Amino acid sequence: MSTITTGGGNAAPYLQIERLTKLFGNFAALKEVSLTIYQGEFVCFLGPSGCGKTTLLRAIAGLDIQTSGRIEQGGRDISRLPPSERDFGIVFQSYALFPNLSVNDNVGYGLRSRGMKRADIDARVKELLELVGLPDSGAKYPAQLSGGQQQRVALARALATSPGLLLLDEPLSALDARVRVRLRHEIRSVQRRLGLTTIMVTHDQEEALTMADRIVVMNHGVIEQVGAPSEIYRAPATPFVADFVGTMNFLTGSLAGPGIVRFAGLNLTCPTDGLAANRNVRLCIRPEDVAVRNLDATTPNLLPVEIRSLDFLGSFCRAVLKPTAESGDEIVADFSINLMRDLRLEVGKRLSVALPADRLRVFAAA
Amino acid sequence: MAEIPANGFLIGARVKPALSRDDIVMRAGILLFIGFLAVAVALPLWALLSKSFQNNGVFVGLDNYIRYFSTPALFASVWNSFYVAIVTTAIVLPLAFVYAYALTRSDMRWKGLFQALALIPILAPSLLPAISLIYLFGNQGFLKTWIPGGTIYGPLGIIIAQVFYCFPHALMILVTALAMADARLYEAADALGASKQRIFFTVTLPGAKYGLISAGFVIFTLVITDFGIAKVIGGRFNVLATDIYKQVIGQQNFEMGAVVGMVLLVPAVLAFFAERIVQRRQVALLSARAVPLIPKPEPKRDWALFTFCAVVGGLIFGILAVAAWGSLITFWPYNLALTLKNYEFSNFDTNGWGAYTNSIQMAAWTAVLGTVIIFIGAYLLEKSRGFAIGRGIAQFIAMLPLAVPGLVIGLGYIFFFNARGNPLGFLYATLGILVLNSIAHFYTVSHLTATTALKQLDAEFEAVSASLKVPQLRTFWKVTVPVCLPAILDISIYMFVNAMTTVSAVIFLYSTDTKLASVAVVNMEESGFTAAAAAMAMMIVFTSAGVKIVHVLLTRGLDRSTQAWRRR
Repeated sequence: MSTITTGGGNAAPYLQIERLTKLFGNFAALKEVSLTIYQGEFVCFLGPSGCGKTTLLRAIAGLDIQTSGRIEQGGRDISRLPPSERDFGIVFQSYALFPNLSVNDNVGYGLRSRGMKRADIDARVKELLELVGLPDSGAKYPAQLSGGQQQRVALARALATSPGLLLLDEPLSALDARVRVRLRHEIRSVQRRLGLTTIMVTHDQEEALTMADRIVVMNHGVIEQVGAPSEIYRAPATPFVADFVGTMNFLTGSLAGPGIVRFAGLNLTCPTDGLAANRNVRLCIRPEDVAVRNLDATTPNLLPVEIRSLDFLGSFCRAVLKPTAESGDEIVADFSINLMRDLRLEVGKRLSVALPADRLRVFAAA
Repeated sequence: MAEIPANGFLIGARVKPALSRDDIVMRAGILLFIGFLAVAVALPLWALLSKSFQNNGVFVGLDNYIRYFSTPALFASVWNSFYVAIVTTAIVLPLAFVYAYALTRSDMRWKGLFQALALIPILAPSLLPAISLIYLFGNQGFLKTWIPGGTIYGPLGIIIAQVFYCFPHALMILVTALAMADARLYEAADALGASKQRIFFTVTLPGAKYGLISAGFVIFTLVITDFGIAKVIGGRFNVLATDIYKQVIGQQNFEMGAVVGMVLLVPAVLAFFAERIVQRRQVALLSARAVPLIPKPEPKRDWALFTFCAVVGGLIFGILAVAAWGSLITFWPYNLALTLKNYEFSNFDTNGWGAYTNSIQMAAWTAVLGTVIIFIGAYLLEKSRGFAIGRGIAQFIAMLPLAVPGLVIGLGYIFFFNARGNPLGFLYATLGILVLNSIAHFYTVSHLTATTALKQLDAEFEAVSASLKVPQLRTFWKVTVPVCLPAILDISIYMFVNAMTTVSAVIFLYSTDTKLASVAVVNMEESGFTAAAAAMAMMIVFTSAGVKIVHVLLTRGLDRSTQAWRRR
């Protein structure tokens, strides 16, 4: 997982999006979205289908211009400009390679019309194909390449004219799992080498978590949270983000006092800033944060449970735990195989687990 | 769906997108295109419509219509037309369905041969089967005694000739409908223990339902709008198509001709819309994951279907052979010695071979100009950004010709181009008006072919080239045209063959210098030179067939050379 944050103060703002709204008839695909993207960072727009992430990308490209709002790129107001007058390279899920042109001609397509000399074009194309790891495929046609190779050619073509901004629209979604994982690293390493500001749209949270410097989580046309992957995962700002990124337990509890939530007959300490007393809340914890080892009677937030079921998932087991003190929502927890063996865990066994306060997040009940 | 909240996040002013050079070029193109469609399609139709409400240039409201519907002699044609169209449809549909079934769902031999055989009538003018029938059963026909009631001239002759003429059109639709079968459905039905009949009625037939309906409408429209067959073999049996001709050419009653044209337009337009609705429903029938069905051998069924196809195919071939043979006979039926003198057209028609060369010229221009205009037009509509109004108008006019019978559009051309003060009047009585009219008449099918081909291209090609700052025109030349070349060839052949064989659209528009081969067939037949008419009809068949063969070879060659990228 990447922990580098280029965002924040150290880089200059490159792309500034202000109060962008996009209407399709009566449907608002984007609602007053504002966002700043910094020079050289890799940003992922993450969200379920229909959340507006692709609409936002296409507005940035000028392919579907926003209904209202402003976009500034490198200090230039590009809000009204058609795609051909903006500065970006783009890669689509479908690759959109020209099927009747060779790989060389595809990559050199944007160079021909800028009056470059044949020899210069050839040299540049060669350089780009080496960059994406396809030095020997120049004479082939797209149909002769695998999906992953085609997407690399599309990337090379997008980079050929040295754009200031690279836009990736679900570039890996059409590929099979293995190729997808390999290409993630390759795209990221090319991007780092060139220091190119990049925006990638994806609905795959794993992809966003592994690749991005910053993730923009979107839902229903608004931005839910912007942050580094670790931040998004560890401290989701809204229930939507908590639910969408990773697996999350949502437990129904009530606020018993400042910093105390009552759940399954027990008072648990946890951060409750900004929530009104005596109201129902949702208590969130990730399955891997449920603690089992090194517990004693003094450990805070101890909870007696019974194992209701165990699903073997290879490197770990996913357990469903039922609180035994008083009735309460079942909790999903991930136990390593190691732990299972050491504690001889099996269905029906009773044990105590801890819900560490710093791993708990509390949201108002919906 | 989110609604716009009352407090409104739409605070900012609306962004007015700036136009790129590509946008400006495309919009100018669309405007030009609308101008073309207006002249070629919309204005002539408008001229026809307004003429039907006039008398000697004065607006008379519904007078002409009232006169039409209160004249039994005229009104009877409506019923005659419907009668002939419905009976033909009822005969052709089952025949074509079984034939198509044999071609797609059986393991019989010689499928390719049977398919080619059945499609031959498309290469001939509709008159050809009528002429053959006259040879066989006409006043001089040696099978004349076979005909119940004694005469082939009338509804019987029209229906038999129409069956031959419509068969391939229905067959093509049904083959497409039946070819799209999902093998998984049949495996599932088999696994569930369904009987063969049950599978046929619960899987096969529903799957081809829309194809059948669609084919039904196509046959109905073809029959009701066809002019040639009724003219040649209709005798005293009047139908709408011949009425228009008689009103306009015979009685010079243009207003009444316009009224009959409007009446003829109604069933054609209704069939058109019904067909569109059916088409729209068909879309999601076959998923992308369907497994193609490969028919297994089943000797009993295969031989039964083989026999059926042999009989039907034999009849089609026979009809063609009779015309070919008849064209070589010295003096039917008294002197059966073979001769080529019927091909010396100058002995029968003042234009002689000139009509044939006119047809070739006209068809070639129609193919070249038509293909260029149709493809560029479809491209402009399909690949431009914004300008929804302009695109909508153009799209609507481009769809119109499919619903408009050739006679109607031809009549509209007379009114529009012959009108005093029309700056385009110089086109009247030239080859140019025949070319323009043929392009308009056969516009829609080709437009749809082009649109389908363009839709198959990745929608992001234009976005990619814009991001690379490549002008859209360059991408059109370097990518769009080469990739669509097979479709472009298809369009040009379709235009050529149709321009070569059509009678109805051009019958009002030719002049003495620009008479066409198909018109010469009608004229010579009218003057009693049946053998010469058959000879000219055969020349049309040979030409269309020759062009079609060149097309097949060219497509193959193209596949090998420029389309290398299609292969893996």
